[in-house]
Amino acid sequence: MTTAPVKAPPLELGRVGDRLVRPDGVAKVTGQFEYSSDLHAAGMLWGATLRSPHARARIRGIDTAAAVALAGVFAVLTHADVPGRKTYGMERPDQPVLAFDEVRYQGEPVAIVAADHPETARLAATLIEVDYEPLEPVVDVDWALDQASDHVHPGGNMLRQIRIRRGDPNVTAAVVVAGDYEVGMQDQAFLGPESGLAIPDGTGGVDLHVATQWLHVDHGQVIASLALPASAVRMHLSGVGGAFGGREDLSVQIHACMLALTTARPVKMVYSREESFFGHVHRHPVRMHVEHGAERDGTLVFVRAHFRFDGGAYTSSSPAVVANAASFAAGPYRMPNAHVDADMLFTNNPPCGAMRGFGAVQVAFAHEAQMDRLAAALKIDPVDLRIQNALSRGDELIIGQRVEGPAPVAEMLERLRAMPLPESVPTDPPEAYSMPGGIANVTRGEGVRRGIGYAVAMKNIAFSEGFDDYSTARVRLSVRAGSPRVEVHTAAAECGQGLLMVQEQIARTELGVDDVDVLPADTAVGSSGSTSASRQTWMTGSAVKVACEAVRDVLLGRAADELGVSVDDLRLDAGRVVATSGTSVALVDLLDVPIEATREYRHRATGRMDPETGQGNIHVAFAFAAHRVVAEVDVELGLVRVVEVATVQDVGRAINPLALEGQIQGGIAQGLGLALMEEIQVVDGLVRNASFTDYLLPTIADMPPVRMEILELAQPDGPYGANGVGEPPAIASTAAIVAALRDATGMRLTRIPVRPEHMVAGS
Amino acid sequence: MGLNLHVNGESLHVETLWEGESLLYVLRERLALPGSKNACEQGECGSCSVYLDGVLVCACLVLARQAEGSEVVTVEGIADGNDLHPIQTAFVESGAVQCGFCTPGLIVAAHDLLERVPSPTDAEIREALAGNVCRCTGYEKILDAVRLAATRLSQ
Repeated sequence: MTTAPVKAPPLELGRVGDRLVRPDGVAKVTGQFEYSSDLHAAGMLWGATLRSPHARARIRGIDTAAAVALAGVFAVLTHADVPGRKTYGMERPDQPVLAFDEVRYQGEPVAIVAADHPETARLAATLIEVDYEPLEPVVDVDWALDQASDHVHPGGNMLRQIRIRRGDPNVTAAVVVAGDYEVGMQDQAFLGPESGLAIPDGTGGVDLHVATQWLHVDHGQVIASLALPASAVRMHLSGVGGAFGGREDLSVQIHACMLALTTARPVKMVYSREESFFGHVHRHPVRMHVEHGAERDGTLVFVRAHFRFDGGAYTSSSPAVVANAASFAAGPYRMPNAHVDADMLFTNNPPCGAMRGFGAVQVAFAHEAQMDRLAAALKIDPVDLRIQNALSRGDELIIGQRVEGPAPVAEMLERLRAMPLPESVPTDPPEAYSMPGGIANVTRGEGVRRGIGYAVAMKNIAFSEGFDDYSTARVRLSVRAGSPRVEVHTAAAECGQGLLMVQEQIARTELGVDDVDVLPADTAVGSSGSTSASRQTWMTGSAVKVACEAVRDVLLGRAADELGVSVDDLRLDAGRVVATSGTSVALVDLLDVPIEATREYRHRATGRMDPETGQGNIHVAFAFAAHRVVAEVDVELGLVRVVEVATVQDVGRAINPLALEGQIQGGIAQGLGLALMEEIQVVDGLVRNASFTDYLLPTIADMPPVRMEILELAQPDGPYGANGVGEPPAIASTAAIVAALRDATGMRLTRIPVRPEHMVAGS
Repeated sequence: MGLNLHVNGESLHVETLWEGESLLYVLRERLALPGSKNACEQGECGSCSVYLDGVLVCACLVLARQAEGSEVVTVEGIADGNDLHPIQTAFVESGAVQCGFCTPGLIVAAHDLLERVPSPTDAEIREALAGNVCRCTGYEKILDAVRLAATRLSQ
């Protein structure tokens, strides 16, 4: 399958595999779709957050008197007002709901305010007097690693340490290449800022409408800190303006509820863009030292690596990120010997956690750069070297886990290499828009060098390391206005990726009913787990599928009774149950009593990592994507134009090709951002560029055409053979872009994002 | 002191407001028109693009007071009643919408482009929409949508 030109949407309602438009599309193009920042309630107050200006400081006292006295202010709350657990966190609750004793990063919430106008709330926050004793922050991972006593937390600065030991630790190789690589801190930069509306119910409980990736993990943390029973807090998914990992940790959730319960008024909180940069975790920066050894014929012998990830001030999902990163240290290649030390460290830098690619992005930058260096040292074509060592089904990763699903790494690279290359840019007359620097018109082609780079990477799908990962779906088949109708109810977060349509398609396919409603996601149904780890099509898709199958079993049982035939002789066809004999009954005639089923779907169990050797069957399944980038660099100015990104990705089964293509193109754009421009710059623990003026995102002028080829090799356990698709486009794309820049410039380019000054000869 | 605006063809009056409020805030919070989005509120992302007296602006950068007596068209005013504008249809059909937070601004900006340049080249589309950040789509399907809308509108 290749990218088809845009066509009108199919008239028939969609089944699995159809190319379909989003059910919320019309609401989104007309401005009617309700995001969490659009919510309104009568008598609503506005919340604001006072945040620490220091990366590290002792709190000696907080005086709220001036803020409380301001007209229009209804509540000013500090840590003393947190009714229950004073800390939160998905894996380890080590992050204060509101700071006490010490602040550990710039932007840490210290106090919250509710007022009748957002500006009043912000002004009141500035009137709160916090007596800080600034402390020297821990801001460097090497420093953090070496400290015997200067600890961000009492337990020491090692957040988690992964050791992978495989094969012969003393093995030697004919050719060895070593490199040091560094990745800057990327931001998810979802466009819809953190926001929510908490509405007290008058009996001590609260309804929270919020944009999140995982309602139930939020819910558990919220009730713990509010000291309320689970039933007293109802959470409802509001419109989510993108997520990419940045909404897995809490932001406004507990604060908005505290303010609403204290004031007995609805309270809305909306972060500004600047506040958003402080209001969620980021992608981990890392320093990586990597050595690869190979035989003269190119056969890989060993990888030795030391990764030092900066986890920032609190745990977030860092333990899982560092395990992921370590497990993919060798990339999608057969690697008989491995010695990997992966350290995740606490510092007083901004906390880091989940972002699309989750540890695989950083190590892919290193292992793909190393493969190119190795190819150069061996005088082998870099694609040939990758194909020669490519992982395939049945091979083991460096953690000893066998890849049981498809692993078409060699095939993807062969296909990628066979794809046509883009034309050279005509320089007579020059097309300014097609040149590095764009319409700034800084070159007429002199000094412009073209380069080509390849990269391939892998990603685990769903949650690893023994986590009890499941999704719940409730499916109800009834009659509405004389026609059969299906309602699907899950708590799964649609963040823009297209899960609503996937759920509809599966219900239509399984029950043969066109009228399918996916109900709003909330905590009235069981957890669907997180919209992360490329897991929702697989997990919630499977949950919807098995719930539909349960409904269908009851339906066919009723039909068998009605028609006096065996269930095995029945099939669903166009709103009827049809027997092989030809007799049939309409669905509506079987649904005097609606049929409802709730089912949990669990993927197969995963194991833990051996603490000494890092060996274990820790992952569920794997997805692969390969990228080829053609880029042009003006070597006099260091300006870049990415001409084209070509990609081959195995998706298992394309449930909705239109949405799938959007995931691939969008993931590549985020990969381009990390390669060329996106970095939160942190100096002495302080963020220097918390705005879209200074944190640059790829625009439509930066993003090249994407040429794609999609493979559909069925995943053994995925629904209809589908695999996760969201993250792989954002992994090797970054590495491939930098490879193209190296090819164009001859520079080593060991740090991303690559800056212009890195590419100018002699600088 | 109140504020008078003509929004999407309707004369609207705001009784009271804080003098520092932006046009975006007044549209979203006082006039129940939250279609224009609050993504950066510093004029970088284009999510709040509206027409102000026929000129494409970021509503976050316009002080509400500056718009006194002006004609404002927001994304809510682009459709013709219940009939989507062809640009809106093209965005839905092309898959140019994911999370959709950038979409209202892009609809208005694309509308402005096709009013001025009915058959834009790709370079012209890219230049016109370079002030509208999208984090989800990678822009390719947005290009598809604008091309499709241009073709349909010129037929």
